[in-house]
Amino acid sequence: MAKDFGIGASSKRREDKRFLTGKGRYTDDMNKAGQAYVHFLRSDMAHGRIASIDVSAAEAAPGVLKVFTAKDFEAVGGVPCGWQVTDKNGEPMKEPKHPILAEGRVRHVGDPIAAVVAETRAHARDAAELIEVELEELPAVVDMRAALSGGQSVHDEAPDNLCYDWDFPAESKDAVDEAIRNAHHVTVLELRNNRLVANPMEPRCALGEYDEADDMHTLWTTSQNPHVIRLLMGAFVLGIPEHKLRVVAPDVGGGFGSKIYHYAEEAFVTFAAKVVGRPVKWTSDRAEAFMSDAHGRDHVCKVELAMDAEGNFLALRSTTLANMGAYLSTFAPCIPTWLHGTLLAGNYKTPLIFTNVKAVFTNTVPVDAYRGAGRPEATYLIERTVDKAAREMGIDPAELRRRNFITQFPYQTPVAVEYDSGNYNATLDKVLDASDRAGFAARKAESASRGKLRGFGLAHYIEACGIAPSSLVGALGARAGLYEAATVRVNPTGSISVFTGSHSHGQGHETTFAQVVADMLGVPEDSIDIVHGDTNRVPFGMGTYGSRSLAVGGSAIVKSVDKIIAKAKKIAAHLLEASETDITFENGQFSVQGTDRSLAWGEVCLAAYVPHKYPIETLEPGLEETSFYDPANFTYPSGAYACEVEVDPETGKVTVLSFTAADDFGNVVNPMIVEGQVHGGLAQGLGQALMEGCVYDENGQLITASFMDYAMPLAKDLPSFVVDNSACTPCTHNPLGVKGCGEAGAIGSPPALVNAVLDALSDYGIAHIDMPLTPSKVWAAIDAARPAAAAE
Amino acid sequence: MPGITVTVNGKTVTREVEGRTLLVQLLREELGLTGTHVGCDTSQCGACLVHVNGESVKSCTMLAAAADGAQVTTIEGVAGRDGTMSVVQAAFQEHHGLQCGFCTPGMVMSVTDLLRVNASPSETEVREWLEGNICRCTGYHNIVKAALAAAETLRAGQPLAAE
Repeated sequence: MAKDFGIGASSKRREDKRFLTGKGRYTDDMNKAGQAYVHFLRSDMAHGRIASIDVSAAEAAPGVLKVFTAKDFEAVGGVPCGWQVTDKNGEPMKEPKHPILAEGRVRHVGDPIAAVVAETRAHARDAAELIEVELEELPAVVDMRAALSGGQSVHDEAPDNLCYDWDFPAESKDAVDEAIRNAHHVTVLELRNNRLVANPMEPRCALGEYDEADDMHTLWTTSQNPHVIRLLMGAFVLGIPEHKLRVVAPDVGGGFGSKIYHYAEEAFVTFAAKVVGRPVKWTSDRAEAFMSDAHGRDHVCKVELAMDAEGNFLALRSTTLANMGAYLSTFAPCIPTWLHGTLLAGNYKTPLIFTNVKAVFTNTVPVDAYRGAGRPEATYLIERTVDKAAREMGIDPAELRRRNFITQFPYQTPVAVEYDSGNYNATLDKVLDASDRAGFAARKAESASRGKLRGFGLAHYIEACGIAPSSLVGALGARAGLYEAATVRVNPTGSISVFTGSHSHGQGHETTFAQVVADMLGVPEDSIDIVHGDTNRVPFGMGTYGSRSLAVGGSAIVKSVDKIIAKAKKIAAHLLEASETDITFENGQFSVQGTDRSLAWGEVCLAAYVPHKYPIETLEPGLEETSFYDPANFTYPSGAYACEVEVDPETGKVTVLSFTAADDFGNVVNPMIVEGQVHGGLAQGLGQALMEGCVYDENGQLITASFMDYAMPLAKDLPSFVVDNSACTPCTHNPLGVKGCGEAGAIGSPPALVNAVLDALSDYGIAHIDMPLTPSKVWAAIDAARPAAAAE
Repeated sequence: MPGITVTVNGKTVTREVEGRTLLVQLLREELGLTGTHVGCDTSQCGACLVHVNGESVKSCTMLAAAADGAQVTTIEGVAGRDGTMSVVQAAFQEHHGLQCGFCTPGMVMSVTDLLRVNASPSETEVREWLEGNICRCTGYHNIVKAALAAAETLRAGQPLAAE
């Protein structure tokens, strides 16, 4: 039976009322006394040498306080990168400086050249138009293959535009080559994982303030991880020690990865607030977001899958070109490597795997993690290749998957990670049943009677979430640990404040985390407050990304609550004059085993703060505990997705008729919220597969810089989803047994949709179409195939 | 600068505004009604949707001066004076029709308008109606569910809104 509170209950979200009544507190909703505004003058050229900048007219314009250029930032550092990848020759990756404002050269459309701080937004914008910049155009490096084949370089430090060349696992290369050479059949597929823009509905915003009285800097920012921003900006850019720098990320309107990174605008407003002696605010508009938020994906891959005559996978080899853009964003280098190469086993017991990844600098916006980050790219290339293999081998796609599923856990993959739990047959059974695959043939015939092509597509996914064991990521090049921190403060009257380093920007932590604590302590959820997003209130944190909040942040909370219970038991033992080992704690009640003596939660809490009859020498007053939880392993959510589409052969339009998801997230704290996370992920994945695509022309001009040009999925583009997470195998190494659910939908849905469309087009012999499957592309593929189909 | 008088959520206000001031700027920056959001520059996302004289308007696309003399309702004016959420607001909470909350005010205003003109929309009609509102979090699934549930509650006799 569904629970009505605590772990497993679909508690309604406590966040909702403020959002539904217009009382959310987003960064742009905040205004400070004396606040000035900054407008960035951004490059409209992809690549150019800055011959001169004349700011005199702008400085003389009404309302202008100061115009900044790179000269003002000579004494500060560039925006740092948080992950170092070592290339196959043992050399560190190329890591060119990413200045706050462009130094000498602009390297992508949107690269900020100058910044005007003025009394109003309009003053700043007007004055920016008066800045005279002379740019000498350089050839734009746009296409990755061309970038690597000589000619113009984006950075002098990387003359061949190669950031790193990475083999993984290097020692498997020869064995994989040999297995592919000798295989019964090798399925080959070349594909592109299209470049995307995260587009959270709230554009980025940053507000800097400096208080001279105590030399204190404050940055309010739209961030998924305020402590990380404090560390990166304080230590590497501006040289401000942590105790003099407060970073607050209040309500944040979605992130999907794009708000993980430390951005130049954050450092700018923090720096400028001190220089001009006024708070300085920047609010991105949408066009600016398109050309300054880190983009996602953008891989070009070749995959080869070797099989024996029965379709058993023998070896997988892939080569990938990964676009880094013009500068290295915070996590960029690890996305195509450690979050991609390590997932290339997928759900399958392929014994031999090898990948080569070349990361490439281009004159485009930096590319970094976007919902799933590396894992969608891995899943897409595996699941597309498996589907193609099934067709080539004449084996049913579900059967081919089953034949190769990993069924024994723990399972050590040939690509460094060890899966702790899963049941891939169970999710596949569920999805085939819930999507009524058995009835597909009849539905296809019905579509055909209307002249439409119906297709059914499957995809499986595995992801590595709960990022991540610090010792592991440290060995892999991370420049930070990826634990999480939590303080649980029990107040004298028994209410509880939980301070978490995780950050909620839509995930509902204020509700879910309270459910966990309420369940453990047997107290009402509404007596618990969840505090996040402020470095002055929360002791430390690594933030929210990689579906890590519950698995890592939640585990830190559990650890602290365990300590609270242990201490409260000591207090209860003293008050009840019993041995600590005889105290039991259940439903908020401390009892002496085998007696009728007991104390309520509130009585023990009060005694903790009113220690009148207290053995002060052995027991400290107070009831507050802090924990840092460092996970033992990644978590491995998995699932099976089924998509059914109809294609209109006359127009190429793809209609998604149904989408069914069967996920294994381990234990689920709030089913309502988990389902909502899946829905959102599916929409983003289907968006990628159907319509989203960030396009640069050959001159490096960003063609898609508004919602008019970049297609965001709308309500009418999507069906209602069927979501099931009952095939649950708990995570074996965190206290809640949870795996994470935030990214799954975006990881598993693109291959399911593309497989469905290609199934619909199977009569035409179309082997592959690159995403997004827009009507024009699908129609062109059909049109090109028509003569062949007609001749048969 | 022209002086304008607007009635916002039942309260009449007079302000001098620059000709280029947008209605959303008046609401957010002059009147402090920050529940109305700006999510794009091209009138596509609908985060800024308010009601002007009872009809849906994207407040990023209307000059404040053009609202002179108008009745404007924003998300802050939807709940009852005692804070009771409207049927639509309550349905969004009940059916988890929001995550980050940023598109939510526009969604609530839009669905409220829909149910005023169509008491019994089908799922397809809800999805078509919402083509001017973008949500990046929910995949629309629960927004649609909330809209349909609100319609049902209204048909059972509850008033649409406190506004």
